[in-house]
Amino acid sequence: MADQIILQVTRYRPEREPEPTTQEYEIPLHEEWAVLDGLNHVKDHLDGTLSYRWSCRMGICGSCGMTVNGDPRLTCATFLTDYRPGPIRIEPLRNFPVIRDLVVEIGDFMRKLPKVKPWLIRAEDAAATDGELLQTPADLDEYKQYSMCINCMLCYSACPIVGLEEGFLGPAAIALAQRYNLDSRDQGAHERMDVLSTADGVWGCTFVGECTTACPKDVDPAGAIQRYKLTAAAESLRSFLLPWRPA
Amino acid sequence: MSTTTAAPRYGRSGTTASRLGESLARTMAGEAGPAHDVLVIGGGGAGLRAAIAVAEADARLSVAVVSKVYPMRSHTVSAEGGAAGVIRAGDSLDEHAHDTISGGDWLCDQAAVEAFVAEAPGELLGLERWGCPWSREPDGHVAVRPFGGMRQLRTWFAADKTGFHMLHTLFQTSLRYERITRYDEWFVTGLLVDDGRVRGVVAIELMSGRIETITAGAVILCTGGCGRVYPFTTNAGIKTGDGMALAYRAGAPLKDMEFVQYHPTGLPFTGILITEAARAEGGWLLNKDGYRYLQDYDLGRPGPTPVLRSMELGPRDRLSQAFVKEVEKGRAIDGPHGFVVHLDLRHLGKDLITARLPFVRELCLEYEGIDPARQLIPVRPVVHYMMGGIHTDIHGATPLPGLYAAGETACVSINGANRLGSNSLPECLVFGARAGRAAAEYAAAAGSAGPPAPVRAQAADERRRLEGLLHRDGGREPIAAIRTEMQRAVEEGAGIYRSADSLAKAADKLCELRERYAVARIEDHSRTFNTELIAALELSCMLDVAETIVRCAQSREESRGAHQRIDFPARDDKRFLASSLIYRGAGGASRVEYLPVTITRWTPAERVYGR
Repeated sequence: MADQIILQVTRYRPEREPEPTTQEYEIPLHEEWAVLDGLNHVKDHLDGTLSYRWSCRMGICGSCGMTVNGDPRLTCATFLTDYRPGPIRIEPLRNFPVIRDLVVEIGDFMRKLPKVKPWLIRAEDAAATDGELLQTPADLDEYKQYSMCINCMLCYSACPIVGLEEGFLGPAAIALAQRYNLDSRDQGAHERMDVLSTADGVWGCTFVGECTTACPKDVDPAGAIQRYKLTAAAESLRSFLLPWRPA
Repeated sequence: MSTTTAAPRYGRSGTTASRLGESLARTMAGEAGPAHDVLVIGGGGAGLRAAIAVAEADARLSVAVVSKVYPMRSHTVSAEGGAAGVIRAGDSLDEHAHDTISGGDWLCDQAAVEAFVAEAPGELLGLERWGCPWSREPDGHVAVRPFGGMRQLRTWFAADKTGFHMLHTLFQTSLRYERITRYDEWFVTGLLVDDGRVRGVVAIELMSGRIETITAGAVILCTGGCGRVYPFTTNAGIKTGDGMALAYRAGAPLKDMEFVQYHPTGLPFTGILITEAARAEGGWLLNKDGYRYLQDYDLGRPGPTPVLRSMELGPRDRLSQAFVKEVEKGRAIDGPHGFVVHLDLRHLGKDLITARLPFVRELCLEYEGIDPARQLIPVRPVVHYMMGGIHTDIHGATPLPGLYAAGETACVSINGANRLGSNSLPECLVFGARAGRAAAEYAAAAGSAGPPAPVRAQAADERRRLEGLLHRDGGREPIAAIRTEMQRAVEEGAGIYRSADSLAKAADKLCELRERYAVARIEDHSRTFNTELIAALELSCMLDVAETIVRCAQSREESRGAHQRIDFPARDDKRFLASSLIYRGAGGASRVEYLPVTITRWTPAERVYGR
């Protein structure tokens, strides 16, 4: 008989109850089980009505973010044994409306993301037959870290500003804008500035740094934001001093 | 951080009830749901590429992507090693074609392969222009790495997160096109067919439970594979063969379903993939004696550095078969989750591993607690990819007018009896784009007349079926119990080696499971994000797909590529140089036919590796 551990899971079924409740499940404590394996055990063997998102179970699709013992985590990359002897508290991600149980509504992020134009902008579209745009490994290193974002929303859950300011673009969206701004092939930084250099953009961030702590992929959104603040400040100073010079 | 402000928010997404009421009212009034010219089902590599192709083909067309997950969650995200496309001087399209065709044990459609190898480089360059962070040479050109079964270095890569970067590049690029409408987290339950052509779908919005009819001039299925039919797979939880089942039920045939690829190097217990790039960079496969056992299986002689099309760079089918033989010889390692062999990367050194295989290291550390720079990685074959799928022509068109398919869910076939690593990502691009263009042309010509009465009646029937499932009371056993038994039956019956006997047992079991499924229990009657209902619908798709795999494997009395019959151990070109096509007949009975392979320039011959 394997050891057991208790999961205390937030339940919320809007059709049945106005407020969330907590339900306890006792599950086997296997060495190799992630928290997600525990939830799947609940779903398959104890309670088919529990709802949560998951897919790749290898920390790359970004579906299974939840709050585990108070911290935003990917449940497929967080292991039960690290919480021995339990209980383990599993709640939905914070700062998001809850649809049901552990499923949160991320539509707000999905609507904000296109605003920062997270795609490569070129003055002229060239045909693929022209070959590739050259980019050295050093050029690649300039933005590579910011390209690793899996949109898992842990940083939004961790960020106090996201919880307070509805319009704030948020860490991942700004980091992705920087990912393109810093790409040697991109020529669209000035197009993104109108959205980024605003109170809802980088200036909304008070540099708490929780986003970087929460990020499971070492993207360092806080670093991206601080770096952009310097760019934006230099740019606004330049346009103040040299107003005739195009941005 | 200030935890007082950070809380989940309840009761704020409360659009559910009103939207549901709206949709019901509209349906009662007999009004049609949304309509698009082209509807793409699935938002992974093939689906997003198809949607962009439609948007670029004809600015007047309305195009929508319906996906059961947000597009960036799609399983393309898990692809690691790379994407093949001829780019280097000294390589040639003919060589890529020959590698692909011989790798596929001569079951590939050679006209399709020729189109594929010709268009792959342009598609990969197109992705470069959209910002994909391809790994680079010091001079700034795109870098390429060796890959299994490939005679030249032609596999483009973005470290070992190639699929992740390709998917996010495609998704972010798709945001530029405001005309691409997205239905994120909508599950398609059925295709609507009238007068011999596809007219749309019925789908459930997960958040609200609203059931909607979406009509379309053309539908492109890009739903990926069905690895979850098996118990041990690299595939994400969402890979349940939905698109294959949708097409099959609508009357389109599935092709070559007996060909299931086992990737030789999955982590035990989780089934997480350790990319072939690990062997391309110089990794070795060792048995319990530390012996590079592949030399005993006609795959060449071991050398200190990787040799193309040899040993660890042989094709996946042969490597997975060699593993089974090692187990039989008692030379595998008996681990806590069954037999394994070892993948040895230690001699590559930490620097190379960190630069070229960072995700491999991350996965090993996270899920096995081992550092591949210092320790051996336990691996075993794991179900990875379906060579088979919805039968399409070279333009992605199925025999059912208005229905197209691309990516793993389709079978053109460029993969034949065994896919070469790094051909599937460019396949998503090349045939996603082709299907998008063809569907755009078809939809433009078809016009956008409203749904005819028979389609409305079908939609009403489908809605009743779904409401019945949702309100089912007193079912007998849980979905998961039936699913687990199905997975075991398919693995035991149609695994790496099969026989008439093993397949017959699996077929019987699947019949029994189908009956049990009809009275399965669904405890969740909620309309809001009901994942149990979705799991039930997915299981019904998997039961259909499993049956086609077993049935086609029974019919093919030969061994070819990934289909190895111990009772018919030789390839039989006289009888089976042909693709199987399985149709669903009236009453659900299936019928298998054969379509001769298209041979253009490469006469079937022995597959030779390492000599």
